[in-house]
Amino acid sequence: MKTQIPAIEGWFTTDDEPRLIGARGVETGSYFFPKAIAASRNPAAPYEEREDALLGRRGRVWSWTTNHYAPPEPYIAPDPFVPYTVVAAELPDEKLIVLGQLADGADPSTLAVGGEVELTLGPLYEDDDHEYVVWKWRPV
Amino acid sequence: MSDHEVAILGVGMHPWGKWGRNFVEYGVHAARVALEDAGVAWTDVQFVSGADTVRNGYPGYVSGATFAQALGWQGAQVASSYAACASGATALDVARDRILAGRCDVALVIGADTTPKGFLAPTAGERPDDPDWLRFRLLGATNPTYFGLYARRRIELYGASSSDFAKVKVKNARHGLSNPNARYRKEVTEEDVLASPIVSDPLHLLEICATSDGAAAVIVSSMDYARAHGVADPVRVAAISTVTPTYPNTVIEMPNFATDSVAGTAPPETTFRDSIAAAAYDEAGLGPDDLDVAEVYDLSTALELDWYENIGLCKEGEAERLVRDGDTTIGGRIPVNPSGGLACFGEAVPAQALAQVCELTWQLRGHADGRQVDSARVGLTINQGLFGHGSSVIVRR
Repeated sequence: MKTQIPAIEGWFTTDDEPRLIGARGVETGSYFFPKAIAASRNPAAPYEEREDALLGRRGRVWSWTTNHYAPPEPYIAPDPFVPYTVVAAELPDEKLIVLGQLADGADPSTLAVGGEVELTLGPLYEDDDHEYVVWKWRPV
Repeated sequence: MSDHEVAILGVGMHPWGKWGRNFVEYGVHAARVALEDAGVAWTDVQFVSGADTVRNGYPGYVSGATFAQALGWQGAQVASSYAACASGATALDVARDRILAGRCDVALVIGADTTPKGFLAPTAGERPDDPDWLRFRLLGATNPTYFGLYARRRIELYGASSSDFAKVKVKNARHGLSNPNARYRKEVTEEDVLASPIVSDPLHLLEICATSDGAAAVIVSSMDYARAHGVADPVRVAAISTVTPTYPNTVIEMPNFATDSVAGTAPPETTFRDSIAAAAYDEAGLGPDDLDVAEVYDLSTALELDWYENIGLCKEGEAERLVRDGDTTIGGRIPVNPSGGLACFGEAVPAQALAQVCELTWQLRGHADGRQVDSARVGLTINQGLFGHGSSVIVRR
């Protein structure tokens, strides 16, 4: 069996109840995801320090779409291509919207705006030795 | 505000298509058409403002100089701008401000592109610190993915239907039928749209704009230069908006993984997309009721409906009614995309915002053969570039 490893380091935890690793501004209480890359600055607190923050596991569906064509590289698509769904979920405490693929086996036709989803991990692609996993949204 | 206006002396395009030639060729063609339209000699142009392409190597990053060299070095000053889909408006803004600052009288603004087949993809190589690369690698979040999210949202919130979205394509296809610069000149029915394959649910292939080769050029000058040149009543640029978002930006946008958070800081009163046209209206001292025609960036059919609301043609959630009632068809209350829009052109990124200005110039001159909006005096373009570039131009006569 192939070893599972994260498709990107430092963006999510890999325990049984995975969480996204974001950042929290210590003055304003604003959240950021991902924590390091192209993260917005709050102009009201430009020198604010940030601490790592595990984001809440549950969110509500803001919107979703299913892609029926294989994207270009660097996406690594299975052959033959399998359509996949991208969900935008709103986190109630952090008050931001985070994209993620819909969990494998979940039926996109059951989704509705406002429906509850929970963070899980699932396969993104694999090579000879590893299965690379990424965060996904699973309907509750 | 007329002391802040510049004249559009000439416009020109190279027809959109999938020609597979070097982008410089298209640009030179468009520039020569615009110069001829303006009656201005290339050697009299004092400033060249290029809108860059990032898909054609180094010459694309220094587009102003690339086109100046291809037209024949004549010593003009130069600048090159990149603002993704908003590049053309940014390049126009650079030229306008140079004229208004009194540092040149007449300028060439130009953008051209040669695009690859299929989805626009990020820069190649392993780039794990580039959000544009990561969104493809980790999510498969193509551009149509974001368009699909917005379209689904309209269905869920406002009761929009696929039939409403298809009506936008039917309208634009009809508008572009006689446009000699359009790539697709074929009438389509709602049934055709809905029978085409789904790309990013709920959007079909015929609802998402293609990528195209093409070029557009605009000759702008000071009002004094225009008068001295014998043009008493030129189409004028009344306003240009190149605003960025205000934190926290609450709409999920390319190429981001997440929105800003409103947990610690309240969102601004207007969303980013609403703020783009608002800044242009404010500068021109005009409002939505003053518009006779608009060119909006219909990357998807549903996105055109979003723009109706963002530029104030109707309230949020009412855009479907406008397209159902024919309000935005030529002959209706406020025609949108008489050129045929991206539906008929496909997207040639650095040329597209300038193509919108070319179309409005023809409309305001009364020269838009086969697609003329009656007595058009004021027009607005709207567009948004990746990474937070607003783009809106108001022209009037």
